[in-house]
Amino acid sequence: MDALIELIGIGKSFPGVRALHNVNFDLQAGEVHALMGENGAGKSTLMKILSGVYRRDAGEIRLDGKPVEIGSPRQAQEMGIGIIHQELALMRDLTAAQNIFIGREPRQLGGWLLDEKALNRATQAIFDSMNLKLAPTVPVGSLTVAKQQMVEIAKALSYRSRILIMDEPTAALNDAEIAELFVIINRLKAEGVGIVYISHKMDEIKRISDRVTVMRDGEYVGTVPAATTSMETIISMMVGRTLSNEALVVPNTSAAPVALEVRNLNRGREIRDVSFSVRQGEILGLAGLMGAGRTEVARAIFGADPRDSGEIWVNGQRVGISTPGDAVHAGIGYLSEDRKHFGLATGMNVRNNIALASLARFTRPGGLLDDGAMRKVAERYIGQLSIKTPSDTQEARLLSGGNQQKVVIAKWLLRDCDILIFDEPTRGIDVGAKSEIYKLLNALAAEGKAIIVISSELPEVLRLSHRIAVMCEGRLTGMLPGGASQEEIMHLATQRQSAVAEMRHAG
Amino acid sequence: MTDIAATPAKSGIRISGAFHRLLAFSGLIALVVVFSLASPNFMQTQNVLAILQATSVNGVLAIAATLVIITGGIDLSVGTLMTFCAVITGVVLTYFGLPLPLGIVASILAGTGVGLVSGTIIAKLKVPPFIATLGMMLILKGLSLVISGTKPIYFNDTPGFTQIAQGSFVGAIIPAIPVPNGVMILFLVAGLAAFVLTKTALGRYTFALGSNEEAVRLSGVNIDRWKIAVYATAGGICGVAGLLIASRLNSAQPALGQGYELDAIAAVVIGGTSLSGGRGTVIGTLIGALIISVLANGLRILSVPQEWQTVVTGTIIILAVYADILRRRNL
Repeated sequence: MDALIELIGIGKSFPGVRALHNVNFDLQAGEVHALMGENGAGKSTLMKILSGVYRRDAGEIRLDGKPVEIGSPRQAQEMGIGIIHQELALMRDLTAAQNIFIGREPRQLGGWLLDEKALNRATQAIFDSMNLKLAPTVPVGSLTVAKQQMVEIAKALSYRSRILIMDEPTAALNDAEIAELFVIINRLKAEGVGIVYISHKMDEIKRISDRVTVMRDGEYVGTVPAATTSMETIISMMVGRTLSNEALVVPNTSAAPVALEVRNLNRGREIRDVSFSVRQGEILGLAGLMGAGRTEVARAIFGADPRDSGEIWVNGQRVGISTPGDAVHAGIGYLSEDRKHFGLATGMNVRNNIALASLARFTRPGGLLDDGAMRKVAERYIGQLSIKTPSDTQEARLLSGGNQQKVVIAKWLLRDCDILIFDEPTRGIDVGAKSEIYKLLNALAAEGKAIIVISSELPEVLRLSHRIAVMCEGRLTGMLPGGASQEEIMHLATQRQSAVAEMRHAG
Repeated sequence: MTDIAATPAKSGIRISGAFHRLLAFSGLIALVVVFSLASPNFMQTQNVLAILQATSVNGVLAIAATLVIITGGIDLSVGTLMTFCAVITGVVLTYFGLPLPLGIVASILAGTGVGLVSGTIIAKLKVPPFIATLGMMLILKGLSLVISGTKPIYFNDTPGFTQIAQGSFVGAIIPAIPVPNGVMILFLVAGLAAFVLTKTALGRYTFALGSNEEAVRLSGVNIDRWKIAVYATAGGICGVAGLLIASRLNSAQPALGQGYELDAIAAVVIGGTSLSGGRGTVIGTLIGALIISVLANGLRILSVPQEWQTVVTGTIIILAVYADILRRRNL
């Protein structure tokens, strides 16, 4: 049997990063083929190559056995390859029908005018074929995410797609909506459409897919049948990378006072009843898959987003935190995952960046800044954290990622923050600088700072954390001791509420 | 964002768009009522026609700005482009002595051409619209002065030129309401622009670009081409404004033009078009332009000094946008 599409030996590099290396993938008609891997394994990049967003550097793509070039999204569509992006690519101010036929609107009067009636008729026909009850004229912006997803699927179908790529289609759906989606997927399967299904959710993969291909670090690991392969095997294929063997030393902090305690934190569907505490001198890892709610928890503690309910206690005192200012006042510092956007004034120099959160301390009567004192402090931290910069007047954007991160750390240390929340502290930082950041975090903990580290890289969580809190879909699904295995974490991280309920039922 | 949070907020945008137009319209009616009560002269036919005539140039420019703003862009060059087109018309009619229809065509072509250039700079060279059109504003201001030798070009040799804006073919049919042609042209441009926005592919892409440009690109649409087309269309409309102002002044005044773009943008904003793109209507812009002229006229009739008129206009712009923000927050 010929495959609908085959990707053979695909390679792709971006400046400084090898995103894909020698990746193979094939899709049969009427099959749901799951593509799995940790964050950054290269799944989305591979699918962007298949859908014409990126050009491959190496390898071959065969459609119905014939080699093809997919040069643009439009070409991909013409070949019958439709993609439903992870971030929905819809125009919120347009109607469902207008979205579906964007770029291919039916015309009238010799092409001069749009034929809105034909547009809505054609859309209605697609909705009917999907058994979807939705008015073609409804503005997309007024729909729920699930319904928007359906509009995206209808759009892909309107191209008569034979190959449909779904990138985390259930990320924002509830159980009923997922069931609805699966009904549609099964109908498409029966019609011979091949579906590439990207998801982190193990139970879903088991329910819907025929085969599973696993990727890791931009490379192809293997393809296995979904029905007969155990979850454990798939997980070990995903995480199979060898850990660096530096032994983790977990200090005994059980006698240390609790620095931060969070009780029953809630915020919409993103954070559901999260409680935990961190002691002085302790590094708490916060693990979970993308969208598990880790960053949301950090932002809620820091007052960057309002919370619906929940208490925050610092050093045994309940504190009311409703703005980042309150959090800083309570001694909490938050180092955002997106340094360039939220952590660093990249156009300003190192000295000013370090002093930025503590300017009041350097302000003399009359509003003048004491530049000399700022320089002294900046130089002290440059030495203490060994920030590699020619001088404290170097612009922050010219430093490497690791040194930029250190500048941000210096900023919060200067602000006397004893509780530091690191969100993806080593994102975009090369391997050598990573271990330096790790050492720094350990040193800070040894000084008695309470540290929370959010990381999507399991090896990083395992290497740093004295305890590991795992989240899934806004809930805290478990607390593991330092040195737990990747498998244990992945189990908790994929423990969706329905799955948990089922297991309890069975047990 | 979860769908729970998203649903009401999103339908709120829809309601608030209509709400904003309603608000602007009620505001206009309220102003008319207040001024009518304050002064018996306000509702005189002659004064009403004067208000409409005063709206024509800004109204046409504001319609051009509306198209661009719906794409999520901005056009700061509409004012000086209008002047540039008037100067080109002056060259064609007065210097070259060519017939009137050629002058009209020249003005609209000049506007479209400049719009093409601005659009290309924005779409192909990826210069932000604010910068590209700021540069174009200054370039055109300079070119108008250079071409005209810094002196006004009069249209005394072209009989009938003043009729473009000042004549009244409506008055010829119904003498009781001599609506100036300039006003009819404003309505015509408004009607055409509304038609293009709602019925044509150009209109559809105008909204789509402002709504989510990346999504349009990923749908396989040539977004550069359509963006350029929007700026070119807006440019052509500025050409019409150039004819209107030249006809009203019976001359092309090369030093005029700067500042008009801000009045135009003010009208667009008061009319409920979102500066972040994706939403907006021509009728809203028309109401916005009328509010500005009614204010100017009414305050003058009440002998409020001109300095205060701009203070009031500025306040209304801020209030109009704030009302929209409040509305969206509450839903």
